[in-house]
Amino acid sequence: MDKKRRKFLKVAGATALAGISAPAVVKLTSTPALASSGHGAVAEGQGNSDASHKQETPSGVRLGMVFDMRKFYGHPELMDKAINACNKAHNIPQIDSKKSEIKWIWRAPFNNVFPEHSAYHASESTENNDFMAVCNHCDEPPCVRVCPTKATFVLEKSGIVAMDYHRCIGCRFCMMGCPYGARSFNWFDPRPYIKEYNPEFPTRMRGVVEKCNFCGERLAKGLEPACVEALKEVGAITFGDLNDPDSEIAKILRENHTIQRKPALGTKPSVFYIV
Amino acid sequence: MYNKVTIIPGLIIFVLLVTFPLWFNAFSTASTVPKVELPPGGEKQCVAPAAEMRASHMQMLNEWRDDVLRNGNRTTVTVEGKVYRKGLQMACMECHTNKEKFCDSCHEYASVTPYCWDCHLTPSLAASKKETH
Amino acid sequence: MIEKVLKGNSRYWMWLAILGAFIAVGAICYIRQFNYGMGLTGMGRDLGWGLYISQFTFLVGVAAGGLMLVLPYYIHNYKVFGRITILGEFLAISAIVMCLLFIMVDIGQPLRALNMILHPTPNSMLFWDMCVLLGYLTLNIICGWVILTSERKQVKPPKWVYIFVYTSLPFAVSIHTVTAMLYCGLPGRHFWLTAITAPRFLASAFAAGPALIALACLIMKRFANFDAGKEAMNKLTTIIMYAALINAFFVCLEFFVGYYSNIPGHKHSLDYLFFGLEHHGHVYNNLVPFMWTSVFLCFGSLALFGYMKIAKVYTDTLMAIGCIAIFIALWLDKGLGFVMGGLAVSPLEEVVEYYPTANEIGITLGIWATGFFVLTMLYKIAVSVEHEVEGH
Repeated sequence: MDKKRRKFLKVAGATALAGISAPAVVKLTSTPALASSGHGAVAEGQGNSDASHKQETPSGVRLGMVFDMRKFYGHPELMDKAINACNKAHNIPQIDSKKSEIKWIWRAPFNNVFPEHSAYHASESTENNDFMAVCNHCDEPPCVRVCPTKATFVLEKSGIVAMDYHRCIGCRFCMMGCPYGARSFNWFDPRPYIKEYNPEFPTRMRGVVEKCNFCGERLAKGLEPACVEALKEVGAITFGDLNDPDSEIAKILRENHTIQRKPALGTKPSVFYIV
Repeated sequence: MYNKVTIIPGLIIFVLLVTFPLWFNAFSTASTVPKVELPPGGEKQCVAPAAEMRASHMQMLNEWRDDVLRNGNRTTVTVEGKVYRKGLQMACMECHTNKEKFCDSCHEYASVTPYCWDCHLTPSLAASKKETH
Repeated sequence: MIEKVLKGNSRYWMWLAILGAFIAVGAICYIRQFNYGMGLTGMGRDLGWGLYISQFTFLVGVAAGGLMLVLPYYIHNYKVFGRITILGEFLAISAIVMCLLFIMVDIGQPLRALNMILHPTPNSMLFWDMCVLLGYLTLNIICGWVILTSERKQVKPPKWVYIFVYTSLPFAVSIHTVTAMLYCGLPGRHFWLTAITAPRFLASAFAAGPALIALACLIMKRFANFDAGKEAMNKLTTIIMYAALINAFFVCLEFFVGYYSNIPGHKHSLDYLFFGLEHHGHVYNNLVPFMWTSVFLCFGSLALFGYMKIAKVYTDTLMAIGCIAIFIALWLDKGLGFVMGGLAVSPLEEVVEYYPTANEIGITLGIWATGFFVLTMLYKIAVSVEHEVEGH
């Protein structure tokens, strides 16, 4: 009797273990898990191991952004306009504490946005003006690399580094991985801090990480990102396909010297700055 | 069998207890199948037949979600000539504007609490904080 | 064998009751956090990880530290550790239980934790950490239980269990290596971005784990009539000394790389931890006293152990002082300094300091108490079995 029970317990235990791990094994073997985690990671296998910071994605759309900082100098209100447009479009809560704040696009001094650039004998314009900071939608995003649930991933069609808030478990590993501080965590229910709702877009729940999505929902409607649209008449922000040589953004990048944030880290940011 | 006297009544009590919800429902009138409110706007056609929606709207919402968010496939659905974007807020709530009288009545009856509303806004909630200037 | 935990003297029950009180407080604190959100912790946008993850990191080390008993006994046939090897395995079990609890309380959506298994992601080190931790937990449960059962029956353990024993050795190394890889593969976090993280973790683990086991042995000698033997204790101090020295050596190497290369990013965290970091006219130095305490405790206990070896003196009191000192030193070094130091300077080079909240500390203590609760019960079983066998 006792022996039988032992045997039963053993078999039951083994079966339960197998049952628990089955989904993982099935998933891992049935789908090319690595490839689906983002085109930047494996699928395209860029061969730029040479020391130059040359960045190319051989094919496909790679959306990017250029901030023409010359148009912002002396006009901090323009930055605020773009930031407010974003806050409104995405139901971003306005939390008045450095600890818990949530921001997708924000302004900060040059030293903070470009900490690896020397600020010694900085020009007056860099000294006296804030710079725009936003998710870089990197071609080799470390946040995607570290996410344990594929809650953040690269959209193959556009190169956007997107979030799936339904999937996120809130481990904040992506915040550790991001070298640009572009990610915010919902430390509590954000809704009481949202001033007005945009009925076109959801809010977030507590316990998930959020960040700029390059306005994927607006692009689908044929609109430009909210920040770009807000500064349309100034033309301070240009948005478009970096891989399309005929796009406006490609033209601007050809004609101007631009800088990127922390290019030495090999993340290949898709956001550029004319300073 | 040892202890027949205690085991058999025990078993009977156990079975009765386990099947209690069934007994309770059979004899009580407290829970009738809820009647949901049809779209106030008068729309008659949904994206799929009512029976199918009733049975598997959650799977469809999950598929939409993955399509839109993860695959970047934001194709639209057309019902009776009207185009909807895929999404709970963007399609469903366009017609079923009253979450309390539509979604909740069934969900409460079935005792499910989907987490949709932790993030997605109902039309009434969205209207509660609207641009005032 | 489980029935052994139900029989104990009043001291045993008192101890469990104290731990139970801490667990209850921790549970209440966790319910608060669960209902409100992670905002009840001291963590924030620039300081996304805190006490929970640092305790997790330290305890993975404690779990791996059991290797220092298992390896000499099973590979080198070092019989002196025969009585205490099981303690190493049981320590690993309770340490991993704590690790898993710390992970669970640290995630913002704990109800979705299974997403790690439902959507396995091999490019994430957290996925692999889950795999090796669960694997190591299983291996230790199997090995500990089977070997203790056969000891009780006074038969040789079945041959098949040795496959699991030998598998558990590389697993012990892997759990701490993968935990180090959580940190050392992140671009833009200078303090963590060093290949020496994994070896440093292992070195401090191989000191902290055995120190805790030695302490447990001393306590059980006093209260549970279980003597590990002087020779085993002496060997443990040797192991602790080597491991702690190697850890100190690795820390010195970090200092050399930071200050000789003179690269600011490499110096910031060390400055912050040991000397205070000036930023916008304010000196941030919260952790400085803790880190220097760590240094003094580490070298103090090394000196004490060295004296014990050279002068050939051994008393339980000296041994206990040394073990407590080295354990605290390594806890401050890894369970506090490593994570906080790496986070003090944000990616945008703002300095933020971390103040854990009372609620957070309550949860942390609750989890430590849970771990010690499990550990006490497991050690109770092990010691009772020993007594039963000796009684024959």
